[in-house]
Amino acid sequence: MSEKPISRLQEILEKGEFAVTAECGPPRGANPDAIRKKGEVLNGYVDAVNVTDNQTAIVRMSSIAACAHLLQMGLEPVMQMVVRDRNRIALQSDIMGAYSLGIRNILCLSGDHQSFGSQPDALNVFDIDSMNLIRTVQTMREQGKDMSGFELNEPPRMFIGAAANPFADPFEYRVIRLAKKIDAGADFIQTQCIYNMDRFKEWMKMAREEGLTEKVHILGGVTPLKSAGMAKFMNNKVAGMDVPEAVINRMAGVSREKAVEEGLKICLETIAELRDIEGVHGVHIMAIEWEDIVGEIIESAGLMPRP
Amino acid sequence: MIVGEQKSISEIKTIIAPFKKILILGCGTCVKTCFAGGEDEVAVLASALRLACKKDGKEIEIEEFTVERQCEDEFIQEGAPAISRNEGVLSLACGAGVQALARRFVKTPVLPGVNTTFIGVLEKQGVFTEECAGCGDCKLAIFGGICPVTRCAKKLLNGPCGGSQNGKCEVNPETDCAWQLIIERLKVLGQMNNLRIYVPPKNWQTSLSGGPRKLVREDHMI
Repeated sequence: MSEKPISRLQEILEKGEFAVTAECGPPRGANPDAIRKKGEVLNGYVDAVNVTDNQTAIVRMSSIAACAHLLQMGLEPVMQMVVRDRNRIALQSDIMGAYSLGIRNILCLSGDHQSFGSQPDALNVFDIDSMNLIRTVQTMREQGKDMSGFELNEPPRMFIGAAANPFADPFEYRVIRLAKKIDAGADFIQTQCIYNMDRFKEWMKMAREEGLTEKVHILGGVTPLKSAGMAKFMNNKVAGMDVPEAVINRMAGVSREKAVEEGLKICLETIAELRDIEGVHGVHIMAIEWEDIVGEIIESAGLMPRP
Repeated sequence: MIVGEQKSISEIKTIIAPFKKILILGCGTCVKTCFAGGEDEVAVLASALRLACKKDGKEIEIEEFTVERQCEDEFIQEGAPAISRNEGVLSLACGAGVQALARRFVKTPVLPGVNTTFIGVLEKQGVFTEECAGCGDCKLAIFGGICPVTRCAKKLLNGPCGGSQNGKCEVNPETDCAWQLIIERLKVLGQMNNLRIYVPPKNWQTSLSGGPRKLVREDHMI
């Protein structure tokens, strides 16, 4: 990678600051006001904002367009890109287009299977996988070439992110997969929501033992819980999610009115623990359709002011 | 084998509605093994259709015949006399068999009685599972003999997605996660290092994305 940071997120991480990112989902429609509103409540609190790419396979405004709206507002987007809907031709084309609009961070993902979405009768693509996408973006940046080896007249230079789910199975493979993503070109990792801290710490330990935390910036994922029902739903219905019994019980142990407060408390405790784990370089807050709470979380966590 | 499933009686009734004389032509190879279109299935379907048409007050003559393989002209020929006696043919072969018949008997309508589903194996009596997508570029050697192109819902070549839990696929909890199986098998084979290999983007030119494929064996051509 070159000397000069590509993005603010890269700069913050490389300075050794504890980075803060948040997630925001584009609207199910063509009106950009929704994304602007989300951008407004996040502005100033986070170093970068992840913009999801048709998450849970529900059709929404494109990630690229929503990123462009956030850029206009002075926010730094992390464009999420899944390999579910586009073949390699479209992916590379969109990466170039995104770069031309000023987008500098990308998160390379497989994508939720279309059977979970609103249009399960759709054909999926999966021409390449997320590992191949990471390598593709890296090759564009480092060698200036597209997948065919063609030299691009101005190659897109992206700061490359990937996801990791320490809670999925088979557990012993999860660190190998992380290593593969780093080898393929991942600069930073955003993890699945952490509720099972023991398992996360075990995964981090394995990552450290393999020397991976020296090669990549890991941002721990958190999602504030709103109710015991949400905790149970996430544990039982959301693929790859692990909400331990103890967390569910804690949420169930308080009155309905106090549930939000308890959820925030758990979230803040998680962030505090994350800051103490060697190799964790930031937090990624996924407050799904609850973006206006993010500022409060960041302030209460003592993560303000941002650099 | 090629696995298929017989269409419903109601769909078959609609398909054969324009005809008064029809031949149900079975195939004695793959679809026989998966109980969709062999001699026995031809007989059962013929009886059911006769009964159903009688109930509807529709007059129809149904003839039954089965050839060894509908995808080879040599075997198809055996059905020629029966085909010529009928207005149409309801083929219980796979889609290849239906098309081989249509190519051979240009003037006879050839109708499908089976939905061709996949290339698979008999997992246990009565249960068939898809194991091969016929992608034309087999990489089973590095995957411990388990195909992620076919058996992973996302065709992932570099390891399982985040939705693999307790050995099952997030898309269907009845389905084994292909990657869980691959990892277990590689462990047994002592080839866990294969998991660290970066698998480059797949070349799909050998798959259906290049249009219909043709295999020419010049050493066997006359």
